[in-house]
Amino acid sequence: MRPGRERFILIGVTLMTGLVPAQAETIQVVIDKLVFSPAEINAKVGDTIEWVNKDVLAHTATARDGWDVPIAANKSASVVLKNAGAVDYYCRFHPNMKGRIVVEPR
Amino acid sequence: MLIRFSAAIAAMCLLSGAAFAQAASKPTDPQIAHIAYTAGVLDITAAKQAISKSKSKDVVAFANDMVRDHEAVNKQALDLVKKLNVAPEDNDTSKSLSKAAAEKQVELAKLSGAAYDKAYVANEVAYHKTVNGALESTLIPSATNPELKSLLQTGLKIFQGHQQHAEHVASMLK
Ligand SMILES: [Cu+2]
Repeated sequence: MRPGRERFILIGVTLMTGLVPAQAETIQVVIDKLVFSPAEINAKVGDTIEWVNKDVLAHTATARDGWDVPIAANKSASVVLKNAGAVDYYCRFHPNMKGRIVVEPR
Repeated sequence: MLIRFSAAIAAMCLLSGAAFAQAASKPTDPQIAHIAYTAGVLDITAAKQAISKSKSKDVVAFANDMVRDHEAVNKQALDLVKKLNVAPEDNDTSKSLSKAAAEKQVELAKLSGAAYDKAYVANEVAYHKTVNGALESTLIPSATNPELKSLLQTGLKIFQGHQQHAEHVASMLK
């Protein structure tokens, strides 16, 4: 490979890595003893929400109108937020578990 | 039919209510552990009957959720009693609960189709309500070991969740 081309690729990679992390974030929500915490979070379109399940029970993060994420016992699962707006979600297996994500446009 | 059915549930509530009333004389930790474990086992047995009898996708899914959750919690309970070196002790509350549940099983076994589904789910609502009441009013306040108390508090949240889940399934069956 010629040195010129190598430098070109390097610049491209630097640009990409420089831009991507500044844009989309991963936000963690911990599930412990049937509680989502934090229960309410703020995010932006394109961010990823990752639920970390510390319970021996399976749960779900189910939007009232939208995604339905199964979260196995002692495992993590995630969703990428595609639309702006407030999302109320709950667990289908234990509907007393509730959370809320306020998604702002980017 | 519906009247007989409601009467049966009322009888079940009364029975288990009476069962827990006896425990009002402050059960010990080994008795509490036994009652909590038994409550889980009885719900698993009821769920297994539902899995084999019901043709409803929602009812079978609910029953599978009950088996999975109660098995997981009971495994935790067993690990805890082992760690604490506590031998769960049979008692009148556990006996009355088991007796009421066995009678309910016989009654439910005679039903089929939509009638069975409704009866099973209605009983799940009533059963979880009864256990929640007992956990809140008697079992949690009486527990002396902090780890047992904490497990019961988590158990209460699980049972409350199951009650709401059962109520939701019941509303879908209407
Ligand atoms: Cu859950």
